Amino acid sequence: MTTTFNVNKIRNDFPILKQQVNGCPLVYLDNGATSQKPQSVIDAIVNYYSTTNSNVHRGVHTMSQQATDGYEGARAKVRQFINASDDREIIFTRNTTEGINLVAHSYGRQNIGPGDDIIVSNMEHHSNIVPWQMLCEEKGANLRVVPIDDAGELLVDEYEKMLSSRTKLVSITHVSNALGTILPAAQIARMAHAHGAPILFDGAQAVPHMPVDVQELDCDFYVFSGHKLFGPTGIGILYGKAEYLEAMPPFLGGGEMIKSVTFEKTIYNDLPYKFEGGTPDIAGAIGLGAAIDYVNDLGFDQITAHEDELLRYGTDALSTIEGLKIIGTAEHKAGILSFVMDLAHPHDIGTILDEQGIAVRTGHHCAQPVMQRFQIPATARASLAFYNTKEDIDALVKGIDRVIEVFS
Amino acid sequence: MAGLSDLYQEILLEHNSKPRNFRAVDDANQTADGYNPLCGDQITLYLKVVEGVIDDVGFQGTGCAISRASASMMTQSIKGQSVEKAKEIFDAFHYMITEPGGELDLDTLGDLETLSGINEFPTRIKCAVLAWHTMNAALSGESKVTTE
Ligand SMILES: Cc1ncc(COP(=O)(O)O)c(C=O)c1O
Repeated sequence: MTTTFNVNKIRNDFPILKQQVNGCPLVYLDNGATSQKPQSVIDAIVNYYSTTNSNVHRGVHTMSQQATDGYEGARAKVRQFINASDDREIIFTRNTTEGINLVAHSYGRQNIGPGDDIIVSNMEHHSNIVPWQMLCEEKGANLRVVPIDDAGELLVDEYEKMLSSRTKLVSITHVSNALGTILPAAQIARMAHAHGAPILFDGAQAVPHMPVDVQELDCDFYVFSGHKLFGPTGIGILYGKAEYLEAMPPFLGGGEMIKSVTFEKTIYNDLPYKFEGGTPDIAGAIGLGAAIDYVNDLGFDQITAHEDELLRYGTDALSTIEGLKIIGTAEHKAGILSFVMDLAHPHDIGTILDEQGIAVRTGHHCAQPVMQRFQIPATARASLAFYNTKEDIDALVKGIDRVIEVFS
Repeated sequence: MAGLSDLYQEILLEHNSKPRNFRAVDDANQTADGYNPLCGDQITLYLKVVEGVIDDVGFQGTGCAISRASASMMTQSIKGQSVEKAKEIFDAFHYMITEPGGELDLDTLGDLETLSGINEFPTRIKCAVLAWHTMNAALSGESKVTTE
């Protein structure tokens, strides 16, 4: 059993949180962009390079075996973390973007043709729009966009109407990075399957905040980035059901992804290696494994409870500020407080907060269609992680007071 | 170290809340659009150039206080000037914003000098120069620029 949630103790595990920025203690509220790393993740990477560094799957020597064990051990941790049924269904990528592109390239080019539909939502990150646009352009297929309402909820009825026998893939975010909306993923998957279409979820903003069970969701593909899950940059995950991955052609050709090569015929490797051409980010995978251990030790029961309370506290606090409007007010939200102010442009808000050591993101958050939907050029976004505190929110509110002071 | 008050000078805030020449120029003969894709700033600049002189100038668009004030002050400083002079002002302004500690051409800059504090805020330089690059594009017959 996990012990009680002690946020100060947790913060001690994250060396970067002790920093001063612009002479003020760092208040890190940009976790949606990337999360900070606990010492155990940093140590795992340092330890790997200090003691084990070797290439995987190809040496007879001891260290190569240790590196392989570390790398494959991380794969098993990822499998457990999202409750996949088989390690072969876990593909290491660089990030979410690469996972989506892999599916677009390998699955999409083989299975999507002229007149077919690919369905996304109005609240996708650009990385879940552009690969499909490229595929549609190449194949003469259509990109269909499920609309959202003023709160940032997916219009499920509209989605239902959009589905048809032409639908060849549905690719939708699990949690919106710009609005924080948690989408009804299991329902979305069921509805896609009722029309024979496979479903991909972009889980980049979901896995840091909630338990994900790919079998329960019954999704066909699930992608996320290690760096948003307290792991290092450069490592990401594509989960795919084995039946799909088996049937898909490889993505990158080269070493590691083959069984044998002759100029007459090359035999591709088995899953998951078929999709892991070239030397992988071994240290990154091991670091991600350490991050998953860390999150598991805390437990999502406690993480979710703490973050929900913070989100409520922050929503209440920001709601009382005159001239400030929260963008994204869905009933089920995770970790995101996006807002605009009458007095100041988000970019100015960001600079004034930064002067007080408060890191938020400002801009369109790689989700320009969301900005267009709400007819705003940009938002300021505070995004939470389990190491944030009510004091961080208080600092944000005080920082916003300063914005008001400067601009009035 | 530069503080917020160096950035958000009174004159900048005043131009932000009441931008000058914030309008389309119906008989403009050189216009250009500028974008800063990072923060979503967008500006359309209208110039009416007659015999090498900027007879009228206006701008529209959305942006942060810095891009708006910079655009507003730019229109004031180039209105009625020759195209050549406007390019000199561009050079002086660009130098001021991108070369902290450099010697300023105060005669050419005039009021624009109050924006010099921006050069201590590297993340905001693109906001300050957006209107200026857009002017340069309009004067050289290009219709689109982005700063990133
Ligand atoms: C919902 C969502 N999808 C995709 C991405 C892209 O992630 P990455 O840049 O790690 O590929 C992000 C990151 O901002 C995101 O929030």
